[in-house]
Amino acid sequence: MPSLIDLRRRIRSVKNTQQITKAMKMMSAARLRRAQERVISARPYATLMRQFLTRLVSALEASGAMDPQSEEPLHPLLVKRPVKKMLVVVLGGDKGLAGAFNANVHKAALNFLRDYEAKQIDMITVGRKPRDFFRRRRDLVGDWADIFAKVKYDDARAIAKEIIKRYVEGDADEVHLIYNEFRSVLVQRLTIERLLPIEAPREEKKDEKKDPNAQPVEYIFEQPPKELLASLLPRYVEVQVFRALLESSAAEHAARMTAMDAASKNASEMIDRLTLNMNRIRQASITREIIEIVSGAAALE
Amino acid sequence: MKLDIATPDRLLVSTEIDSVEIPGKAGYLGILPQHAPLISELAPGTIEYKHGGSTEKLAVSWGYVEVLPQQVSVLAETAEKAAEIDVPRAEAAKKRAEERIRSGAKDVDLERCMASLERAVARLQTAKS
Repeated sequence: MPSLIDLRRRIRSVKNTQQITKAMKMMSAARLRRAQERVISARPYATLMRQFLTRLVSALEASGAMDPQSEEPLHPLLVKRPVKKMLVVVLGGDKGLAGAFNANVHKAALNFLRDYEAKQIDMITVGRKPRDFFRRRRDLVGDWADIFAKVKYDDARAIAKEIIKRYVEGDADEVHLIYNEFRSVLVQRLTIERLLPIEAPREEKKDEKKDPNAQPVEYIFEQPPKELLASLLPRYVEVQVFRALLESSAAEHAARMTAMDAASKNASEMIDRLTLNMNRIRQASITREIIEIVSGAAALE
Repeated sequence: MKLDIATPDRLLVSTEIDSVEIPGKAGYLGILPQHAPLISELAPGTIEYKHGGSTEKLAVSWGYVEVLPQQVSVLAETAEKAAEIDVPRAEAAKKRAEERIRSGAKDVDLERCMASLERAVARLQTAKS
């Protein structure tokens, strides 16, 4: 049986831990609010751009996506090749103590690697945790760490530049993003998204009769499509990467807040249990002492 | 007809409109419902849209517009509603750009100065009209 002093010490230590988890929870809550605002206001642009580009690409593909004069593809990012080499960009956090946040990303990435075992897969990691996790397992072709303290568009631009470079030079025939999408404070959804090549809307949408995507739109181009694509496509990659960074960062704060809330609750429970235990032991020792005195007195009579 | 105007950091406008005027790179585009599908780059200027009897104005710097028969999407690099425009700042930017262009110094990136001048002018026009 543990002594009273041991229990007191134990309670004090749990209380200290609880103070830390509580503080971390508050900090995550404050950061989450900011990150959440940013991601929610960045979503419409990314979504509109994605829809716009999807329609544009399918319109161009209907006409072959070739430059009528030079018979060359309109833009290197529109070229589709048989998929031999893949690039996967894994977005995780810089710090731990966020529940299953990082573990989920790692697991999804490992599953991805297993699913496409036959292909050559290169990996880029964003965040310190996925870097440390995967660097021991395979070569990383790029890594960005310590950018989640403040997500900047410039970071997205740098990552996008690397992705574009690899795609254009033929080092990657398909590019996927793996990240946690921020759904709500309690829910993060793990997302695997194909970034490149840009997908034309699928046939399966046919049953939605009102869908304007059902057939390629015939656009009037105010500028030659080639000119338009030259600036639009790199920007598209940047915007999607940026959104993924924001999603992941908001999801991380949400996950950490939930995890730290649970930890604080567990600590409370533990303190209650230990306190009860301690009181019991104290009571027992008091009772024992009384019995000793009483029986001592009785023996004297 | 629906109009969406978004910038990378926010959705500014998402509303039903009667008509809209957009500064395309090749000149202003007046768009009414049932317009033929069209894609254009944006130039610095003023977007003006009418809904019921009221008219709203926004300054945009650069971006893209996609027109569909019942939907206009504007993806702008920056966009501000007329009331949000920081006039003194735009005026200062205009002055700075003009001075740099006039100075003719070797290290002046003329293209950048012109672009920044155009943006400032677009903002001022939107704010004052």
